Amino acid sequence: MSLRSPLARVRGLGSAKDGTSHWWAQRLTALALIPLTVWFCISVIAMSGADYVTVATWAGSPLVGGLLILLIVATFYHGALGLQVVIEDYVHREMVKLVMLLVVKATSLVLALTGILSVLILLFSRT
Amino acid sequence: MISSNRPLSPHLQVYRPQITSTLSILHRLTGVALALGTLLLTYWLIAAASGPEAFADAQGLIGSILGRLVLFGWTFALFFHLCNGIRHLAWDAGYGFEIETTTRSGWVVVGASVVLTLVCWVAGYVAMAGA
Ligand code: HEM
Repeated sequence: MSLRSPLARVRGLGSAKDGTSHWWAQRLTALALIPLTVWFCISVIAMSGADYVTVATWAGSPLVGGLLILLIVATFYHGALGLQVVIEDYVHREMVKLVMLLVVKATSLVLALTGILSVLILLFSRT
Repeated sequence: MISSNRPLSPHLQVYRPQITSTLSILHRLTGVALALGTLLLTYWLIAAASGPEAFADAQGLIGSILGRLVLFGWTFALFFHLCNGIRHLAWDAGYGFEIETTTRSGWVVVGASVVLTLVCWVAGYVAMAGA
């Protein structure tokens, strides 16, 4: 049984041969996010009500800074892959879909870079 | 056009909501909500990198009633998506497909995300009282 409709077959739509790597990257980032988000939540909760110096010193240590950067990369990678699937499921006008996919990827990239650079600033301005 | 023997998605107008279908769409909704929440996370990091005044502004915003409400919703979304994500990963590894098991694991996810959310907020307020 083929999962492609006759119309899709006529139009030549179907596998673009990169579904597996998308699927795999979504699971790998999900796996990485389990310990990273749990660690982040515990850390932030422990610092509830703490002052600026405490938070800045925490975020600016090499270990914490590194973990924060990993969290940022995994989150935005996982989120962009996930939003892509949602858009592909619901948006069927080709031009609108294309624009939305580009906006999601560009926004994720800019936000991820902004976050990483903020962590680096905290790391290098540590006193 | 012959396409009748292809698998179909449930017809939502006539499909009775069940724990499995409800949690399925909730996973998607919380995923999108968490993606929106990354804006807040990035803002918080920028503020921390910009210095004490900017950081105090951010903490004030997040600590307001509205900020706390958003953060509470975000905590629940995260824990639900995390727990149900583990359920998804188990399926991906080939475990837990029996109907009885999916129903049971679904309720475990609901319970665990509620408990984890409450534990986090109680711990947060306790830490704040000690700070
Ligand atoms: C905390 C650890 C996390 C785990 C274990 C996890 C797990 C997963 C898994 C397994 C999927 C695929 C579900 C499927 O097969 O349909 C998924 C989808 C998704 N995740 Fe996560 N996730 C996590 C955190 C996040 C975060 C922080 C975000 C926000 C950026 C996010 C956004 C999404 C989105 C938008 C989808 C697509 C939803 C869909 O296709 O219906 N996830 N997640």
